[in-house]
Amino acid sequence: MQSFFAKSQQAQKADGKKTSKNKAPPPWVEKYRPKSLDDVSSQDHAVTVLKRTLGSANLPHMLFYGPPGTGKTSTVLALAKELYGPELMKDRVLELNASDERGIAIVRDSIKNFAAQKVVAPKDHIAEKYPCPPFKIIILDEADSMTTDAQSALRRTMETYSAQTRFCLICNYVTRIIDPLASRCSKFRFRLLDGNDALARLRHVSDAEQLSVEDGVLEKILEVANGDLRRAITILQSCSRLSGESSAAQNDEDGDATMAETRPITIADVNETAGVIPTETLKAIIKACKDSKGPIGDTVPDILVAVKELTYSGWSSAQITSQMHDLIITDVLIEGKEKSKIAELLSVTDKRLADGADESLAMLNLIVGIADVLGAAK
Amino acid sequence: MSLWVDKHRPKSLDHVDYHQDISERFSALAATGDLPHLLVYGPSGAGKKTRVMGLLKKLYGPSVEKISTKSHKFVTPSKRELELGVICSAYHLEVTPSDMGNNDRLVIQQLLKETAETQQVDLNAKQRFKVVIINEADSLSRDAQAALRRTMEKYTKNIRLILLTNSTSNIIAPIRSRTLLVRVAAPTEQDIVNVLEKVAAKEHVDLENTKTLEKIASHSDRNLRKALLTLETLYTFAGSKTVSENTPIPTPDWEMVIGRIARELVSSRTPATLLAIRSLFYELLSHCIPPSTILKELTYRLIPVVPANLRVPLISAAATYEHRLKLGAKYIFHLEAFCAKVMVLLEE
Repeated sequence: MQSFFAKSQQAQKADGKKTSKNKAPPPWVEKYRPKSLDDVSSQDHAVTVLKRTLGSANLPHMLFYGPPGTGKTSTVLALAKELYGPELMKDRVLELNASDERGIAIVRDSIKNFAAQKVVAPKDHIAEKYPCPPFKIIILDEADSMTTDAQSALRRTMETYSAQTRFCLICNYVTRIIDPLASRCSKFRFRLLDGNDALARLRHVSDAEQLSVEDGVLEKILEVANGDLRRAITILQSCSRLSGESSAAQNDEDGDATMAETRPITIADVNETAGVIPTETLKAIIKACKDSKGPIGDTVPDILVAVKELTYSGWSSAQITSQMHDLIITDVLIEGKEKSKIAELLSVTDKRLADGADESLAMLNLIVGIADVLGAAK
Repeated sequence: MSLWVDKHRPKSLDHVDYHQDISERFSALAATGDLPHLLVYGPSGAGKKTRVMGLLKKLYGPSVEKISTKSHKFVTPSKRELELGVICSAYHLEVTPSDMGNNDRLVIQQLLKETAETQQVDLNAKQRFKVVIINEADSLSRDAQAALRRTMEKYTKNIRLILLTNSTSNIIAPIRSRTLLVRVAAPTEQDIVNVLEKVAAKEHVDLENTKTLEKIASHSDRNLRKALLTLETLYTFAGSKTVSENTPIPTPDWEMVIGRIARELVSSRTPATLLAIRSLFYELLSHCIPPSTILKELTYRLIPVVPANLRVPLISAAATYEHRLKLGAKYIFHLEAFCAKVMVLLEE
């Protein structure tokens, strides 16, 4: 009997050890979220205004809007942390995002209940360190995906409980927030991250993780991510996982883990991870479209071969469309009139792909169309 | 006796024949023990599944190959009962939620959650998490994908997802940004020839020369599965005889029917032909050939035979009608409309 227990205990121990070893490290996006308002890069306007409110202990309802990955959620979380400190934050802040059910029922029950609660005075040791203003904050992340009904239900709630609750709505598209809500909030627009600030932030992450990266990789990541810092950091983490960097460093102590080969992260890694098609491939296609001699119909079989090659390589058509767009719009050798015709083709293709149309036909149509437009220009 | 495709499927990542870089990456991932969610994409017959199974074997050892099938019952909100086949081992599950059509959200919500909420029972298991493979992830409805997003974040401790898909275009951005994208490109024709040679040697296929294999490879649309099946068919047909360069490669019936449609379209452009074609279309559809495949194949066959100046409008029409086909409910309208349009183009 005893031996049995001993055994099970042992097993448990082993189990415990294993879980701690295999415990997934937090995603870097969470790990490197700005801890204070000062850390938030590139959003000077919002940060200055919010800092002023820190001192005065008075906060309006807020509406943050801007493209993804610009630091909206980070800013409001940093603000909450500076206001309440980590301990009190649990009681005073309610965060809801699109993955939570947020129909009208939730607005009526959960949100209203939380909003209606009276604020309890903080304990002395917390009150000494943080401003702890006498209100709670409800953060509604991705508010643009809330239904109009749910938004309308929120209107009166916001006013009724304004004595003890502040709302912070976060969204990408301010137009999807109904006017009555928008007019109750002071709006903050978040700009796309400035290249230098974003680069500095990314470099900070890569240094902290002790990654070895080749020159130009970080710049490439930023280019691919289009100013979305969250996407940039995720790509960086995926790349490092692929090159076996961080993992090898972690398992070192155990000694038993097989040493994964470490190598610096290359631009090719970034392209592969982000699913980006090498620019050369697309440039070659555009060049072929431009150079095609004679009537366009004769070149169609060649284009068909090229399109099939693209499909065989497994590239996503949506990605092709978006990269094609970038290349053509910036191409100085294409006249404005042709560009607008091609833009129309691109938009039609994008719509079709979004509707689930067959990819190779859509691509064929797009590329033949581009060749036709460029051919007619000559 | 199993098909050659299954019989000669590489059993581990070390034995796959091409795309060594992907295998290396997978091995590195398996060695870290911290597997991110994966989104594996590439054309069919490129070897996505083979590589993923290799990865699982690296993660859990050979016992992952002991698989069984279960059928799982679901009850829709409208109280209808549905069943779905699930392939599972002690460490992983494999589902094709798109089999459930519009109810695929239920699979994600119920089955995945159930799996996610229970921990790995086997204490000796190498990993603390289970792996769920989702086939045909690109045909998941938006609702299902949104539900997936929530599940992915919530239960990372207990499950890892591997999504298999042909294209990432239909995967919503939030899922793409939460997964590690792995592209498996189709093998080159040379790769296919190499694999065919290997299999032929193992099966003692009497080959005259490698030209035959090259021919099979060029007819395979760079699809290794198709190439292997063709090789096996040729071998069975030839019996004891030598498989030579001149052995004709059988074309599937449906492709021949489509070829006939294309010929008729070009040769006679009358309402009577349209009527005749209609019955052919119905025949194809009743044999479960997907309508968009029909339209695509038809377009590819028409391109070489129509006059050069008509090719651009032809492709544009094909793309338009294929799009409508996806949006609409009754396929035959759009297929016929396309034929009529082609006839008009030819008349002009």
